[in-house]
Amino acid sequence: MASNSCGGGSDRQMAAQHRLSVIAGHLQRPSGSNTAVLAVDCKGQGSKPFVSSEKRTVPRRRQEIMKWNGWGYSDSKFVYNKKGQAEFTGKRYKLSGMIIPGLKDWMENTFGATLQHKAAATPALNSSAVPPPTLNEAFVEELKSTGVPFSADAEDRVFRAHGHCLHEIFALREGKIGRVPDMVVWPNCHSDVVKIVELACKHNVCLIPYGGGTSVSSALECPPEETRSIISLDTSQMNRILWIDEKNLTAHIEAGIIGQDLENLLNESGYCTGHEPDSMEFSSLGGWVATRASGMKKNIYGNIEDLVIRIKMVTPQGVIEKSCQGPRMSTGPDIHHFIMGSEGTLGVITEVTMKIRPVPEYQKYGSVVFPNFEQGVACLREVARQRCAPASIRLMDNEQFKFGHALKPQVSSIFTSFLDGLKKFYITKFKGFDPNRLCVATLLFEGNREKVLQHEKQVYDIAAKFGGLAAGEDNGQRGYMLTFVIAYLRDLGMDYFVIGESFETSVPWDRVLDICRNVKARIIHECKDKGVQFPPLSTCRVTQTYDAGACVYFYFAFNYRGLSDPVHVYEQVEHAAREEILANGGSLSHHHGVGKLRKEWMRETVSSVGMGMLQSVKDYVDPNNIFGSRNLL
Amino acid sequence: MISAFLAPISDWIYLQCTFRTPVLLSRKICCQPRDPMLKKRDDFVDVLEERRRSSDLRYALRCYSPVLYKGPTTSKASELKTMVLQSDQLHYVVNQVSRESGVPLDDVQAEASVILEEMAHRLQLSTVRFFAFTLSKVFKAIFRSICVNEEGVQRLQQVVQEHPVVLLPSHRSYMDFLLMSYLMYTYDLPLPAIAAGMDFMGMKVVGEMLRMSGAFFIRRSFGGDKLYWAVFSEYVKTMLRNGFAPLEFFLEGTRSRTSKSLTPKLGLLNIAMDPFLKGEVFDVSLVPVSISYERVLEETLYARELLGVPKPKESTSGLFKARRVLSEDYGSIHVYFGPPVSVRSLAEGRVNRSQFSLTPRHIPRRPSEDVHSFVNDAAYRLVRAQEENMVLKPWVLLASLLLQNQAAGQNRGVPLDELIQQAVWLRDLCRQFGAFLHWPDHIPSSEVVSSSLSLHGGLVRVSEDRVYLALEQEPHCSLTAEEELLSQAVVVLSCASYRNQVLHVFLRPALLAAAIHTASSSQKQEVYSSFLFLRNMFSNEFILCPGAAVQDFEEACYLLTKVGALHINQHKVLTAERGHRTLAFLTSILDPFLQGYQMVCSFLCEDATQALTERRFVPAVQAFIIKHLLKGRLRYPEVLSSDLQRNALAALLRLGAVQKVQGGEESGTLKVNRIMLNSLEDTLGGRLSTQKALRAHL
Repeated sequence: MASNSCGGGSDRQMAAQHRLSVIAGHLQRPSGSNTAVLAVDCKGQGSKPFVSSEKRTVPRRRQEIMKWNGWGYSDSKFVYNKKGQAEFTGKRYKLSGMIIPGLKDWMENTFGATLQHKAAATPALNSSAVPPPTLNEAFVEELKSTGVPFSADAEDRVFRAHGHCLHEIFALREGKIGRVPDMVVWPNCHSDVVKIVELACKHNVCLIPYGGGTSVSSALECPPEETRSIISLDTSQMNRILWIDEKNLTAHIEAGIIGQDLENLLNESGYCTGHEPDSMEFSSLGGWVATRASGMKKNIYGNIEDLVIRIKMVTPQGVIEKSCQGPRMSTGPDIHHFIMGSEGTLGVITEVTMKIRPVPEYQKYGSVVFPNFEQGVACLREVARQRCAPASIRLMDNEQFKFGHALKPQVSSIFTSFLDGLKKFYITKFKGFDPNRLCVATLLFEGNREKVLQHEKQVYDIAAKFGGLAAGEDNGQRGYMLTFVIAYLRDLGMDYFVIGESFETSVPWDRVLDICRNVKARIIHECKDKGVQFPPLSTCRVTQTYDAGACVYFYFAFNYRGLSDPVHVYEQVEHAAREEILANGGSLSHHHGVGKLRKEWMRETVSSVGMGMLQSVKDYVDPNNIFGSRNLL
Repeated sequence: MISAFLAPISDWIYLQCTFRTPVLLSRKICCQPRDPMLKKRDDFVDVLEERRRSSDLRYALRCYSPVLYKGPTTSKASELKTMVLQSDQLHYVVNQVSRESGVPLDDVQAEASVILEEMAHRLQLSTVRFFAFTLSKVFKAIFRSICVNEEGVQRLQQVVQEHPVVLLPSHRSYMDFLLMSYLMYTYDLPLPAIAAGMDFMGMKVVGEMLRMSGAFFIRRSFGGDKLYWAVFSEYVKTMLRNGFAPLEFFLEGTRSRTSKSLTPKLGLLNIAMDPFLKGEVFDVSLVPVSISYERVLEETLYARELLGVPKPKESTSGLFKARRVLSEDYGSIHVYFGPPVSVRSLAEGRVNRSQFSLTPRHIPRRPSEDVHSFVNDAAYRLVRAQEENMVLKPWVLLASLLLQNQAAGQNRGVPLDELIQQAVWLRDLCRQFGAFLHWPDHIPSSEVVSSSLSLHGGLVRVSEDRVYLALEQEPHCSLTAEEELLSQAVVVLSCASYRNQVLHVFLRPALLAAAIHTASSSQKQEVYSSFLFLRNMFSNEFILCPGAAVQDFEEACYLLTKVGALHINQHKVLTAERGHRTLAFLTSILDPFLQGYQMVCSFLCEDATQALTERRFVPAVQAFIIKHLLKGRLRYPEVLSSDLQRNALAALLRLGAVQKVQGGEESGTLKVNRIMLNSLEDTLGGRLSTQKALRAHL
């Protein structure tokens, strides 16, 4: 079919790209100029030079580098090698090419998952299983005339039909494909988006914005009841930094840029945003704004709502933006808050002005071992009370500590393993920590060297009051690595009948221990109740601290052998866990968003009046439900 | 594709398979099958048998290592006190009291620790061992056996490790909590902390010994005392939260003098559920325990008390006078540990727990409407669970029959043969209704009956093969007619207390039988409204779960249809040919209560003076009833029971037929609505249809 209907712009585009990279090369070298990066208009009309890197991580055809039914890059995954040892393939990560000797035993002991029982995934996408697209001919015709590239190719469409919820990936692995978008468009700039939205309104087609595709709230799922043609609006090609303003420490950036590219590009100019959500390798700036994302280092840099200065969003009613860049305004309710968290229901975020900071001169990881989780939480609370939290501070419970331990790569020298043994001996025997109760906090300090060291001492002093022992930089760093590889690990688990996912909440300090205990217990309880044959992994970490509370992150996974409908069981348990969170005073979501997965609790979360407010905004901005993802409301 | 991988997995078991049992069992109690015949109950094992075979001393000194709660535990009573005194909850109230009263903070704090000192238990293993020894001796002397369902004990052993546990025994005797601790010790279960009334503290030595065996003491009334309440509730909650020990208290609040279950008190249950509702623990397990005595130690004591002889103040010397009980035979005791009820599953869908997350949890708050009704329903359900697992002895049936025969005017007693024949009939009916009846089937019925009669020789006489209640005393020339009546009433009330044990089995069908009797037609709607009226009238008298009228009606219909006493179709309720005997029995079992309530109504209409207060109500109504009994206008001496009279008054107050005057000169006096009382009385007597009566109420 229309598999190669990318409009007529590809040649022109390639030429343009070449030009850009040349210019970029020129501009990167000379330093000392105040404005390293200049503003640019859409290259369609583009004559002005601007800077972007030639290193674009995400190509239009995601399938070139990414898995179609799992997380991340095609070349990176966990496998069991011929010796039966776990290994991480590829070259992209620190862990790549390494043997992880402890993983197999951990998988067996934790889940009862053995190498003998493999649940292989469908190897390749079968295009004939993809329902043919319902195209709105008139829309397609007019779109062609704008020159915006688009495609109705089955692979392209399937790639944009899902996020990374368990049920979405599980279905793909089984080769099951439901309603997918009928077409994908790749706007190149703000004005392309304006044109697309205008056409969509004119021809009444449904638009679902797509950024990095890392949603875990079913937000990208096409509503099955949608009868109009669904267009996935992929912002990945809108990935330039349009300008950097060093006087005000702001940058104006196209919203499709993904986290790692944004950081890399800014680093080249000596800056960073400091916004590092766990998904930053793949998630996009627009996605962060649309879901109210939170970054690991929010203690220094703030969450997305603290970082954003100005947002441009294209809606069916036109473009919404503020008239100035004032750092704070008293001009009625902040309209940015209609945009942040709108989850693609009101329009497409095209450009964002956000704060930047100079790249910190010094970074240091750290870790503290506590005799038990209670002491650890008490320490984090005290750190928050004294407002001296490092860039990141996370407290993993005992199960997660063991999990992290299982991910230790093979040590090269006998000396290191001897040292490890010694450390273990010191903590468990000499200090009397119970290996089945102790837990570990991982730390990340940033700033100038002197201050970091000072800060480090302050935090370790507090920790000592709660029985915490400093446990080295390695443990800390590995803790953070866990968050980047966990999604790859899920794919390995699914190869061996283990399914799982993470979910999060925020909760007042006095509730942290209770919610952790009760939600974990509820998961175990529900698994038994639903006939899961193996004990589940039910673990949590306190992953962010605030003045008035904390963000808690749960991992939950189980071996589903013996269940006829594992995804349904999984969803029931997750549902129960969310009920438990709410019953214990936790929020519906801290940063994952609501999507369609958690919609049912919105009314009790924000009250009926609150729902009415949101609904009336939707009704005004998008009366014909062009942005018909049906998230949130 | 998944089914392709359905490998054999039977060998995979949960690591903590122990966890599963209580959950399933608690579910079972929540949605009990309607057919009571399906109730499955455990078998019993006699714990005294072992005691009779081996040394009591060795038993008392043996290694005691109870299974413990898996969560963080505090084992020292002193640590517990510190935790209570340093809790946010207590601090808040101490501050509040100090601010409101102007008393310095330190003084209030000191007062709090005095209260705690007075309240707290000081568990000492040596005292427990002393009790284990002496109680073994006493139990062997006066009881034939103490039977325990060991499966229930095993369930308890498991659940104790998983969740904080609350033991909820029925309360018929002082013996109850000694017995409970004795059994917990015997089965290597953690010794409970027992909520006891302050009146025990009157007995100096014994009180302290009880304290050292795990009792903590609560004042009987502390209505407005915020500080006391705070110390008390925090003490209980701290024990639960930390899995210090199982909590034990009596839902009924006090010993039932009538052997009927009492309306549950909610205070302690509210406190016990709080840690779960506020998310401080994952779950709390409630374990109803049914203790049934073949012969209650306090038998005639209770009857006297009900007739107005005041309860003797507990004193150590009084207890020693009770030594003569040691020479008597009190038959056997059955203790049934019911399936644990999970508060979590009770609350599922009933209570929105997130309501507790909007204010700091340490600030005391009155329970909201939905929480209150939830706790109330749970309490009733638990008392019902206690009732259902009470073991009924054959004597209970005999007592019911003898009382009915007595009331029917057979003063000369029943022929033994006839009694046996009636008892067998009643036994079968009982079983069909699902009663937990211990009637030894391997022994001829005649022997069962005569051995029961002999155990209760103080209440019943057999001569010339006729059986009658022991109403006639040795001729005391000096007795007035009134005194004679009262002494007869003691025997009747004692018997009634045994009959009452079986009431819960017959209650719903009996209400239906009485409703059919009073209803003006056999229209189902009509019968139902009669049923509703009676159920409403008697809801202070019997355990009738609030809001369960329809279920109760359906259950009654089901049971009576099942035994072939009724034919029920869509519109009509018809008595079957062979149902008359059953219906007659059921109506007469309820008759004393119907008559009693009518008596109270007519007393209030005819005899109540302007200045009648609640305090003077019982003696006045008793005098009125004595008059009627002497004149022969009333057949039931048991109506003299102050329990019945108080319940009737409570019902009338609830229905608004009587009002308590608040404030003013007449404060506390009872104001009577004569029209309403008249119509209630007529309806109870079947002289007025319930429809009309209901209209009159409105």
